[in-house]
Amino acid sequence: MIGNFSVGLSTYLLVGAMLFCIGLYGVFAKRNIIAVLMSIELMLNAVNINFIAFNRFIWNEKIGVNYLLTGHVAALFVIVVAAAEVAVGLALIITIYRNRQSTDVDDLNWLKW
Amino acid sequence: MFKEMHDLFQWAWLIPFLPFLSFLIIAFVTKRSKRLSSTISILAILSSLSLAVAIGLGVIQSGEKIVEHPAIVNVNWLNIVGLQIDFGTIVDPLSAMMLFVVTLVASMVQIYSLGYMHGDEGFSRYYAYQSLFASSMLGMVLATNLLQLFIFWELVGLCSYLLIGFWFFKVSAREAAKKAFITTRVGDFGLLLGMLFLYVKFGTLDFVALSVAMNTNIQDVAVIGTAGYVTVMAFLVFMGPVGKSGQFPLHVWLPDAMEGPTPVSALIHAATMVVAGVYLVARMFFLFDHADPMALQFIAGLGAFTAIFAASIAIAQDDIKRILAYSTLSQLGYMMFALGVGSLTASMFHLMTHAFFKALMFLGAGSVIYAMHHKQDIWEMGGLWKKMPITGTTFFIGVLAISGVPPFAGFWSKDEILAHALHNGHPIIYGVGLFTAFLTAFYMSRLFFVVFMGPEKKENHPHESPWSMTIPLMILAFFSVFGGFVALPEHNFASYIHYGTFHHEPIAWGLAGISVVAGLLGIGLAYATYIKKAISAEKVAAQYSGIYKLLKNKYYVDELYLWLIHHIMDGLAKILYWFDIYIVDGVVNGLALITRGSGRVLRRTNTGQLQTYAMVFFFAVVIIFMVFAFGEGQLSALNPLATLGGVK
Repeated sequence: MIGNFSVGLSTYLLVGAMLFCIGLYGVFAKRNIIAVLMSIELMLNAVNINFIAFNRFIWNEKIGVNYLLTGHVAALFVIVVAAAEVAVGLALIITIYRNRQSTDVDDLNWLKW
Repeated sequence: MFKEMHDLFQWAWLIPFLPFLSFLIIAFVTKRSKRLSSTISILAILSSLSLAVAIGLGVIQSGEKIVEHPAIVNVNWLNIVGLQIDFGTIVDPLSAMMLFVVTLVASMVQIYSLGYMHGDEGFSRYYAYQSLFASSMLGMVLATNLLQLFIFWELVGLCSYLLIGFWFFKVSAREAAKKAFITTRVGDFGLLLGMLFLYVKFGTLDFVALSVAMNTNIQDVAVIGTAGYVTVMAFLVFMGPVGKSGQFPLHVWLPDAMEGPTPVSALIHAATMVVAGVYLVARMFFLFDHADPMALQFIAGLGAFTAIFAASIAIAQDDIKRILAYSTLSQLGYMMFALGVGSLTASMFHLMTHAFFKALMFLGAGSVIYAMHHKQDIWEMGGLWKKMPITGTTFFIGVLAISGVPPFAGFWSKDEILAHALHNGHPIIYGVGLFTAFLTAFYMSRLFFVVFMGPEKKENHPHESPWSMTIPLMILAFFSVFGGFVALPEHNFASYIHYGTFHHEPIAWGLAGISVVAGLLGIGLAYATYIKKAISAEKVAAQYSGIYKLLKNKYYVDELYLWLIHHIMDGLAKILYWFDIYIVDGVVNGLALITRGSGRVLRRTNTGQLQTYAMVFFFAVVIIFMVFAFGEGQLSALNPLATLGGVK
């Protein structure tokens, strides 16, 4: 059983899905806004894993080559954008903290009726 | 020969242009100088007069050719897909005659106004308006297409408005100006509809092109009842003249228009603008000719009715200008029914002679009013002939002319109209016309006898008017005496201005005799009543007090209109107001209420909690994904995974 086990596409997708769900849980449940931001990072990385895995197992296998890096490029873009997003996000959080003395998501509910 | 004439006719545009230039100069430069303004205006109109005379002579020289082929110059004014409008000038005997009449009367009136309007605050403004009017009227006469005519038609209406309300500090003048403008607008609306209809049907508004189209247009489809569209067009177009030329029931504005200065009444509301409607019908005569015969019958009937209707009112009026105003209405009715019985010649002939003698009488009345220090009631006047010999004599010529006494101008034209009415098979209209001629002679002589004869009133100190006023009177008197002789020679008025093929008709002396007798009877009756006092006017009035009151109050038409406006129109307005408040506003406000109510409920979903939003967002994406991936029907056709070759 264990001997037949090979690391295929579904394994990577499973890892990605687990990572995504952990991130999702964090976004939904964490009180601290910095934790929410970190959870979003997890979700982004889950997507990155999927990109790489799809690139490896579907795209390259389908056309029979091993050197197309489309998925990698997409993942790199995600990382770059995520870095920028974190910079902006943290800046916002610092500003919010300075004004409200709080980083609790439940306190940030003024955008409503 | 004809070629050279054509070169002359090309300059016809200068005739309306010069007064327009004068208007601009007065309005923007010389307004402060009264003397300079009036000089410029009179010089401009005199130049136009000489040009008009030159063109008139040219037309006479060209003879038959110009009748068949009018000299037309067109300049493209507006050209977009589906709409081409030209501006141009048309020179044919009809327009040449009108040019001469308009420029002559306008020149006389402007010279006359030097005396009459002397010392008036708005002297320059007056001359500016006069120039603008002359320019618009001449432009209208020269128009080559219906739209151009309509533009100038409205411009003369504007000038009429401005000049009726010239003394705008008087409430009555303001009201009269508005009344004139609004009443004529009613008719103009019909004319506008007629123009649209013509354009839609024939794709052109050019007179020549339209007449060609009419002649080649064989099929006429019934649109309203049995009436073909040409008939409908004719009726719509005729609404314009009904308003402009004061035909019943839109005649109410003309008597009130007498609020303006008297020379204005002479020029605009007697000699020129009010005949614009007659001129339009004459220009568009091919339209009425191709329409159902009932169109022309209607015109004849309405004209005859207006003629006798207005004449009967005139016999019971006391205001010198109002008598003349009703007389004008009556004579306009004459011109209309002349067209209605199919005689373009007679109508245009009467238009011309009427312009001479009616302008003469209005200016004469102005001279009297000037001498009487703005009294207008004829019973306050009397014995003025001795004090004002020139005014009296010229006015008498006018009375003889309008009464149809030979050899004065009115005799020839009136006789021609009546003869055509009888010859073309309209005996009733002939009878009405004859009776109107009798009434006309009666009320005109009444006016003359009461004002100029009889005992002098010692409280009046009349004196003859200055030369600037009497010379125009004498010139117009000259034309009132000799203007009718154009009907006499072999190559006469009728050979130039006619519709269809020309038949030389000798003057029917028998018929002429009857109408002369009718006229003389009227004069005699007035003489017996107001000079000899053989018949007591008061007694007759007392005996037929009902009729007298009816005539005195102008058949209560104004009162009827007021009643209609107060009850019918205001009632309708109240209903519409209710509809607006409760139905239209109700719908609008109801929509707003629904929006507000739903907003009040739905805003509760906006918690402000980021994580709630994120959750809703996530599960919405999941649901949409599910639908796309596993749903049936149309949505699965959009399945993005299917196109990627994924989940099946």
